[in-house]
Amino acid sequence: MGIVILAFIIALVVGVVLALIIGAAAKAFAVEPDLRKEALEELLPGANCGGCGFPGCGEFAKALLSAESSPECCPVCQPDSLKKIGEFLGVSVEGKERKVALVRCGGHNGVAISTPYNGVNDCASASLVAAGGKGCEYGCLGLASCSRACAFDAIEIRNGIAIVHPDRCIGCGHCVDVCPKNLICMVPASVDVHVYCNSPEKGVTKMKLCKASCIGCKKCVKASDEDQMISEGFLVRTNYSTPPNTDLIAATGCPTKALKLASIHALPEAPEEVEP
Amino acid sequence: MFENWLLITVGAILVNNFVLSKFLGICPFLGVSKNLNTALGMSGAVIFVMTLASLVTSTIYTLFLSRPFTFLGVEDVNLGFLKILVFIVVIASLVQLVELILQRFFPVLNKALGIFLPLITTNCAVLGVAELNVKGGHTILESTVYGFCSALGFALALILFSSLREKLDLAAVPTAFEGTAIALITAGILAMAFMGFSGLV
Repeated sequence: MGIVILAFIIALVVGVVLALIIGAAAKAFAVEPDLRKEALEELLPGANCGGCGFPGCGEFAKALLSAESSPECCPVCQPDSLKKIGEFLGVSVEGKERKVALVRCGGHNGVAISTPYNGVNDCASASLVAAGGKGCEYGCLGLASCSRACAFDAIEIRNGIAIVHPDRCIGCGHCVDVCPKNLICMVPASVDVHVYCNSPEKGVTKMKLCKASCIGCKKCVKASDEDQMISEGFLVRTNYSTPPNTDLIAATGCPTKALKLASIHALPEAPEEVEP
Repeated sequence: MFENWLLITVGAILVNNFVLSKFLGICPFLGVSKNLNTALGMSGAVIFVMTLASLVTSTIYTLFLSRPFTFLGVEDVNLGFLKILVFIVVIASLVQLVELILQRFFPVLNKALGIFLPLITTNCAVLGVAELNVKGGHTILESTVYGFCSALGFALALILFSSLREKLDLAAVPTAFEGTAIALITAGILAMAFMGFSGLV
């Protein structure tokens, strides 16, 4: 018994002595923190998303102070906070276009054919098994890989598809990398009109699998001004360099309602029922 | 006397090289050997920490753990079994302390050693040298020299290996062997080459 107590005491003494020494040393040898870096970190969003290419906001602040990076590289900063950072650093900050993610699929459970999938709850795994449970092999699998990759809770899985909330999305682009179907792209936040379909198949084939697909009827192309919508084979896309305005939805009357407003698509209740 | 020191130094650097014949510290050996500069930084940190750790651990062992506590009135108690526990704690705090001091007084050195200093705290080579000092029955001075020379041996292996890997990056390696595979094969051949030193002692 004596040896156990002795061992305990020795270990305790060693621990306490070392703790005291380190504690005292930390106090005695404390380094003056870099005040500029700390102040700059206050201005940064502190999300540590890595969207700037640095490991975190702290490293980004260091890079900013040594002029290795510029404030625009932060995808999270809003224009007003960017301006503050610019003033702090004494550099001019150019306004940049805010980008948000867009999941180009509107085939929720109500309109798209799908088979049950009981495997690993991950899009990449599911897409290995006969391209996933969706009838349409280009469609969103709705297994939330992108949603998990998002640090800002901007992607919701509803009715079997991923829906981006543009007001929450900061455009870090993490979701783009994880989608095995390459469905997600970054689009300017100012554009609201999107085609929620990514299948290059023929209209007939698509309609058999999903009633919300873009059948390539080009009604929207005709209703819009020149170059606002681009037709690529059996799929129409918004031209993000010369985007159409929101009136286009009403003017077109898209037969499958694949042409939608992102703001309405993200609304909580039955988005496809809402007439823009 | 002189022979003894020669045996310890040459033995630790070449014959019983930590990485290539004792297979300790393989993780940094493979991890930070991609280019020569990081290898040099790591070598510096390892030499620094291993020498200090040998000195401190062997002092603690000879003074406290290896002798019975007769002065406390407890006979025939050998606390040698506590050595690993105590060594780990002591080495970890030692590195922490050294880092604090470096940060304050030698910021340049601290920047050069950088992340490697805390990284090697829990390395098996560092704990290994403390253990081997106990096993070899070294005195405190012998332990310190042994720790320093073992670290030199580690540095030698690391620098040789990283130079080889820098050359390998430019060589035409078959696709199947690219990257880690060829690195491991190289390490194996390097270890075999070091076996040639075993005739020295």
